[in-house]
Amino acid sequence: MGLLSKKDSKLILDPLADNNPITIQVLGICSALAITAQLKPSIVMAISVVFVLSVGNVVISLMRNIIPSKIRIIVQLIVVATLVIIVDQVLKAFAYSLSKELSVFIGLIITNCIIMGRFEAFALGNGPWKSFLDGIGNAAGYGLILIIVGFFRELLGSGTLFGFKVLGDSVEKTGLYAIGYENNGFMVLPPMALIVVGLIIWVQRSRNKELIED
Amino acid sequence: MAIDTDKNSYTIIFAIVMVVVVGSILAGLASGLKPLVDANKRFEKQQNILYAMGINANEGTSDVAFISTDKVEDEFTSTITKQYVIEGTKVSEVSEAYLIDIKKEEAKAKDPSYTRKLPLFEGEKDGQPIYVIPIRGKGLWDAIWGFVAVDKSMTVQGVFFDHAGETPGLGAEIKQRYFMDDFAGEHLLNDAGVYGGINVAKGNADPKNERKDDNAVDAIAGATITGDGVTAMIKKDLKMYVPYFKTLN
Repeated sequence: MGLLSKKDSKLILDPLADNNPITIQVLGICSALAITAQLKPSIVMAISVVFVLSVGNVVISLMRNIIPSKIRIIVQLIVVATLVIIVDQVLKAFAYSLSKELSVFIGLIITNCIIMGRFEAFALGNGPWKSFLDGIGNAAGYGLILIIVGFFRELLGSGTLFGFKVLGDSVEKTGLYAIGYENNGFMVLPPMALIVVGLIIWVQRSRNKELIED
Repeated sequence: MAIDTDKNSYTIIFAIVMVVVVGSILAGLASGLKPLVDANKRFEKQQNILYAMGINANEGTSDVAFISTDKVEDEFTSTITKQYVIEGTKVSEVSEAYLIDIKKEEAKAKDPSYTRKLPLFEGEKDGQPIYVIPIRGKGLWDAIWGFVAVDKSMTVQGVFFDHAGETPGLGAEIKQRYFMDDFAGEHLLNDAGVYGGINVAKGNADPKNERKDDNAVDAIAGATITGDGVTAMIKKDLKMYVPYFKTLN
């Protein structure tokens, strides 16, 4: 990457794998459980969080020297809430059916601990460009896991991807269903998201032993 | 230029400026996008009404599929030929009765001197007039609402239900086809011509819903309160239209 120095690219790449907010820091689990029953909302949620976290990080970073330390958490909350309302309004205007599907969860971005965590831990102490990269990196790391979980839950739970019946039709018994395959209804329930995340953590740590804590 | 960010006066001024700036940004955005959001809501309502009448894109899927938003406006104006507002015994034709907010009407009707405005939409299907009636009630957590299409003898032709926050997998299933499709063909009046509504009930010995004149459909397991809400809103809201339908026959 010619555009980014080694240090900068580390800011983006680290949270994607070895310092992933979900699988390593175990933050943002709540929304990961709620919306990953299908692939499409997972992707929309990922994009929304990338927007909120990167822009929010830049805003907080620009204001880091003028924010009164006594009310900094409230200021951070206001910034997240504003950005979330912007996302919500834009979705309502341009992607209405999607916004109906996601309505509650878009609001829940505010409570996503990754966002407040990055504001507090990174943006308050670093410049805007670095904060921007950190925001993109962490949100992408979060989104990546969301999309992986969404992919498996929709595929195994409903036999579809983006609503397309990739495994054949379960009612008409075509494709895989013709030879006796059944959807695993358990996959669409929230607990399975936790189990899928657990499996991802297991795979990741067995590939990289350094990540295993004592 | 070092500012003392710990001073109380600074903190207060900062908070005020922040609130004003954020407030104006959001207010500007909301009013800028309002026409688009309103149009989306209008399309949704039109899609719902047409869905209840059986005009949808369900074919070939087992899911609820509306006709697309770019076609809905034309389809709506050509299908819904007349829109009425019923006030007591007075019936007047109004061009955009479907925009009447029945939630507000319901609230106003608490005042006994107020005559509630009841919207009614008339369309035609297979040469027969079909009437669509909006209904609204309470589920387990939040509001539920819907549209019921009936013919002039008050036999249900189709329904559409929606909800604000019922439990996914349980109460939220009222907007699934397996539940809504059961209502088609049900009679709202019983044999004696008295209004009976439709009971959403378990144990009516008719789980496949083959009997259409029993004023009952099979309930969703685990969604008793939402089901009762559907029963109640049909009973309460559709009943107000009975006098009008009596005049039709």
